[in-house]
Amino acid sequence: MIELLYFAWVRERIGLPKEHIETQASTVAELINELIAKEDRYALAFSDLSAIRVALDQDLIDDFTASLEGVREVAFFPPMTGG
Amino acid sequence: MQISVQKEPFDLGQIAQEFAAGHRHMGAIVTFTGVVRDSDTDDLDAMEIEHYPGMTERAIAKIATQAASRWDLGDVLVIHRFGRLTPGEQIMMVATAAPHRKDAFEAAEYLMDYLKSRAPFWKKEVTSSGTSWVDAKPEDEDALSRW
Repeated sequence: MIELLYFAWVRERIGLPKEHIETQASTVAELINELIAKEDRYALAFSDLSAIRVALDQDLIDDFTASLEGVREVAFFPPMTGG
Repeated sequence: MQISVQKEPFDLGQIAQEFAAGHRHMGAIVTFTGVVRDSDTDDLDAMEIEHYPGMTERAIAKIATQAASRWDLGDVLVIHRFGRLTPGEQIMMVATAAPHRKDAFEAAEYLMDYLKSRAPFWKKEVTSSGTSWVDAKPEDEDALSRW
């Protein structure tokens, strides 16, 4: 069981802020592919991966090949616009 | 180090005073304040700021720690608001205290550059014609390369 969090337009496209899922994915890229295959709203949210940022247990990652081993919380969001 | 992620407004004068007080060895205090700017056509009703509770505080602490290890700083303060803000309202502030002004200025700029694209906040503009998420600008990402 892993917790997925969505923010900003990723949240709006998927239609929920968070969910718990069972997954066989071992990397972030595999998880994204699983979600895309699930329903259109995920395919829409992940249609341009260059606009997707990912945090694993609240740490930003650079590479979608990152392993999900031991990870409890995965967050997907657009590039940040703080300040 | 003082970090606050909050919905409520902050009193810039009071916070700057308190931050500046009691630093006997700090010759320079720099503060920066970010304000919600109206559009050129004056049609911005509000800016809605979303964030990632937990990660936000953690990301800001990491950025502030990096600044403190890079420059000679006595203290660092970051306040960032979230929720619905209207034009003219203060969104955020950073303050740095250092023995000398170069460290205080540079560290404040570094904090701003990193808060812009490495702290998990997202801005949405609300106008009379609808809402739209603010896109990150390529120059914000480029700004990080100078550090």
